[in-house]
Amino acid sequence: MTTPAITANGLRKSYGDKVVLDGIDLHIPTGSVFALLGPNGAGKTTAVKILSTLVSPDPASGEIRVGGHDLATDPQAVRAAIGVTGQFSAVDGLITGEENMLLMADLHHLSKQEGRRVAAELLERFDLTEAARKPAATYSGGMKRRLDIAMTLVGNPRIIFLDEPTTGLDPRSRHNMWQIIRELVTGGVTVFLTTQYLEEADQLADRIAVLNDGRIAAQGSAEELKRLIPGGHIRLRFTDPAAYQRAASALGEVTRDDEALALRLPSDGSQRELRSVLDRLDSADVEADELTVHTPDLDDVFFALTGPGIPNQPKEALR
Amino acid sequence: MSSLSLAVRDSSTMLRRNLLHARRYPSLTLNLLLTPVMLLLLFVYVFGDVMSAGIAGGGADRSDYIAYLVPGLLLMTIGSTTIGTAVSVSMDMTEGIIARFRTMAIHRGSVLVGHVIGSVLQSVMSVVLVGAVAVAIGFRSTDATALEWLAAFGLLVLFATALTWIAVGMGLISPNAEAAGNNAMPMILLPLLSSAFVPVDAMPGWFQPIAEYQPFTPAIETLRGLLLGTEIGHNGWLAVAWCLGLAVLGYFWSAAKFNRDPK
Repeated sequence: MTTPAITANGLRKSYGDKVVLDGIDLHIPTGSVFALLGPNGAGKTTAVKILSTLVSPDPASGEIRVGGHDLATDPQAVRAAIGVTGQFSAVDGLITGEENMLLMADLHHLSKQEGRRVAAELLERFDLTEAARKPAATYSGGMKRRLDIAMTLVGNPRIIFLDEPTTGLDPRSRHNMWQIIRELVTGGVTVFLTTQYLEEADQLADRIAVLNDGRIAAQGSAEELKRLIPGGHIRLRFTDPAAYQRAASALGEVTRDDEALALRLPSDGSQRELRSVLDRLDSADVEADELTVHTPDLDDVFFALTGPGIPNQPKEALR
Repeated sequence: MSSLSLAVRDSSTMLRRNLLHARRYPSLTLNLLLTPVMLLLLFVYVFGDVMSAGIAGGGADRSDYIAYLVPGLLLMTIGSTTIGTAVSVSMDMTEGIIARFRTMAIHRGSVLVGHVIGSVLQSVMSVVLVGAVAVAIGFRSTDATALEWLAAFGLLVLFATALTWIAVGMGLISPNAEAAGNNAMPMILLPLLSSAFVPVDAMPGWFQPIAEYQPFTPAIETLRGLLLGTEIGHNGWLAVAWCLGLAVLGYFWSAAKFNRDPK
């Protein structure tokens, strides 16, 4: 499949004077996981609402295509291709889990028999069979979330939007959710995910866009993003003070930690840099007792790119 | 699937959902039935002797007053049921499931149509229940033909449809259930200002035109004529015009409110 799952050019949205999305571009290949990462109020949910046809973008926006269909001219075709699990549970609390599933089956125009089969299968898969006949309002947060996703999957959507799918879940439920998302992707589904958890984006996403103040501050794979910001270094630790001194003079510009007998030198963590450090140590005939490479994690990236201090960063370099 | 059969199928799915709600949680519907039943008993047994003195030139007794009262109370029952409609529509709109429906490839109006048909069915059921109470305390129609019964039934359904569409619009503009309940209050207050309890001629002169031409009075007079053989006159057309007008107005109002972007 060559058509990308989602493309957007200059997606804009403002409510009155308040600009929520200030021209974001998206290009999400089919079958990949895309994570939109950002602090509260960055515009993540608004982006999902627009791409899932719930609210309309500002007229000044460029073309937006989801599943190959134009969002503006053919929203019904977009709706047929997508499944949405919003931030707040979209289950009918007054009826049972099973009835919720059958409601979805009816709305997807499945036959009675097919609907029952799909409902039972998904309830089983999401570990809800036991609770199937209880009103959804009595479910725990994690169960509601699972029912929510199960309902989203009834129509077998090819593109799934998950708006903060693990917010408020305990660690076990979170890992279960990650497993579910991985299984979906294995089946060829495209996942558009928003999250404020960096670990989640790191774990799941092929590409991550950091949204700040209505703009995409940076975009790329987790690794690419981590390389965007300084903070990476190589740390060498010695037990022999003499070796420590020799290494320090051989390497030149280093940060010394005399107490721990550790040296720290800035590095992007690339193979070439690492080799040159090792070469210089070799020629000075010293051997470090411990060598570690620190790359910045997504937390560093997140704090460097978002936050009140740096609104509207220039658009990222990586693509 | 053609768009009509899509509309029918999705609307009937939504109707099933609403009926399921009503069946699981009948308390709202039953609470709303209390008002007309209480008023019926109050006016017949407590005020009945005094009230009957005010109709038919003073020669009427309590059983005449039952006959006079019941058509108005049946229509008031519909008004009362539609308060429940406004409340449940507004509650529904705050639920995440509506957002889900909006992102699905279903007939867009089906959510509202399901509410309307469900509510009209509830109105009919409520009218039957209140009617049964009325019969139990002595209400009898006088020589109504099968055709007149049918017309009476048709009028009740039409009236319920009209008020329900208005109530749906009220539910859609209300931020929460309490506000919806308040916004829909006219549905149960208007019958008090109609010919339901006392004839319009018995009201102050300046008020008579208001009482005479508001939606409830023509419908009440028409129903009275059909069931009791009183003079209908221009009230029949007036009632039908009110119903159609309110239904169309309520429909477009609701559709416009439902189709705007959710907040």
